[in-house]
Amino acid sequence: MRISLLRLFWRLVLMPGLFLGGFSFPSARAETIIAALSTHRVAIASNFTGAQLTVFGSIERDARSISRPDPYDIVITIRGPRRMIVVREKTQVGPIWLNTSQRRFSDTPIFLASVSSRPLAEIAGQDVLRRDKLGLDSILLPSTFPFDLDPGEVRFRDALIRIEGLEQRYYTDDRGVTFLSPSLFRAPITLPATAANGNYDVDIVLMAGTVRLASYSTNFELVKTGMEQTLASAAAILPLLYGLATAALALVFGWLSALIFRRD
Amino acid sequence: MQIYLPIAELPISVLLVLAMSGAVGFVSGLFGVGGGFLMTPLLIFLGIPPSVAVATVAPQIAASSMTGAITYWRRKALDIKLGSVLIAGGVVGTILGVLVFNWLRRAGQLELVIVMSYVTLFTIMGGLMLVDSLREQIKVRAGKPLRRLRRAGMHPPWMGLPFRLRFHQSRLYASALPLLALAAVIGFIGAVLGIGGGFILVPALIYLFRVPTSVVVGTSLFQILVTMTLATVFHAVTNQSVDILLALLLIIGGVVGAQLGTRAARNIKADEFKLLLALLVLAVGIRFAVDLVIRPVEPFSISIQRSGP
Repeated sequence: MRISLLRLFWRLVLMPGLFLGGFSFPSARAETIIAALSTHRVAIASNFTGAQLTVFGSIERDARSISRPDPYDIVITIRGPRRMIVVREKTQVGPIWLNTSQRRFSDTPIFLASVSSRPLAEIAGQDVLRRDKLGLDSILLPSTFPFDLDPGEVRFRDALIRIEGLEQRYYTDDRGVTFLSPSLFRAPITLPATAANGNYDVDIVLMAGTVRLASYSTNFELVKTGMEQTLASAAAILPLLYGLATAALALVFGWLSALIFRRD
Repeated sequence: MQIYLPIAELPISVLLVLAMSGAVGFVSGLFGVGGGFLMTPLLIFLGIPPSVAVATVAPQIAASSMTGAITYWRRKALDIKLGSVLIAGGVVGTILGVLVFNWLRRAGQLELVIVMSYVTLFTIMGGLMLVDSLREQIKVRAGKPLRRLRRAGMHPPWMGLPFRLRFHQSRLYASALPLLALAAVIGFIGAVLGIGGGFILVPALIYLFRVPTSVVVGTSLFQILVTMTLATVFHAVTNQSVDILLALLLIIGGVVGAQLGTRAARNIKADEFKLLLALLVLAVGIRFAVDLVIRPVEPFSISIQRSGP
């Protein structure tokens, strides 16, 4: 009974409200984004020291819709392969420093970049950013959120961003998106040498006046090729053979060295 | 010139690694030790994940012990029988070591255990070696004999345990049990910490079993050769952390460095040798101890689990 009343309330009051709300922004779906990456496959060869990709995009506006007073903003989020990341904190126990506490960030991208046309704080408020998962801070919420976001939890996240940031695996590029024309934009994506191989999701969001107007998703893949791929897959698929080959290599080199540098 | 390491998953400067492994090889040739105790920390310092560093140093030690063992065998300074007993114990220790290594890695405590063990092992061993070499130097200056001569029927109690075997070349008649136990401990330490263990095995054989110094190095190299070859295969099979490209670079640098070191060794006196090696081992231990004691610049560390949650 209670459920049906709730449903009734939903149908009669909330739905028309949402509907009207939708209509009060008639151009909510007037824009669309189309984007392309400079490549969808980045190869890791033995000379891999990182890579640079470019996102090209275009904002297409319905001709009938009125022009907006607010400028367009683009926020691009790149998420790498997901892993469980454990952040540990050392504290002093007696005379020595030990890892005493830790937080797990489960299913967390090990590469994360936020590239935008303006600093995110200027594009929208924190609640909007958090809801739409824009920016490193909003994506990397501790697992306890929203029940608990005390400073004690936040320092683990900040440490994660700081440490991954040292290797450029996490970064924020506040002015990375360049508008070539009012509707055409371009943005670089920089992959560091330590980026893990796997699938990378690229989400492009169009914002104007703190409202999310449109989005577009694409992806690219970072793969080991040639010798790198052969060796890595051999290590994973034929570990015994790989181990024996490594051991044989060691013994042959050791034997050769004894042969070559024989002194008696 | 940079090369991308397929297992460590990062690029590394080829010249840097060659220079580093060459330097470590030089030290190992100079002192007749494997050099793993220097190599593993240096690799970790370069940013190689500790698990990859430990697993990849194993083939490098295997290669350098191969060279050494062959050289000693040609000089007939290698006791195959004693070596075989040590190997039997070493194999058991190595298997246990790799299992514990994998368990520690899963528990996320590998790095701490490696650092703590380096501190305790190296400060204790380095300290003992230092005291011993200083005492010897004093004795030499005073003109006293270095060590009491062995007399028939005189032996430490553990050598009289059951299963006594006669090792002709080592002029040793001792129970196999303490030898197996010693070798198992060395194999275990070697597999967990990425060191050959020669710098523990050699003094242990000399002081605990009175094995003549003429055969002890060759025999210990023989044992390390087998345990590290096995450790390479076990690490590869159980945790896939052996980086063959990195191993190749380490082997090449190590082989060349070791030859130069062996040549340089002829110009240094034996007692100076011991003192220098003791100081080196002690320095590595203290270096790790300092890391534990001083306030870290970055109190946080992250570890990325290999498989998903």
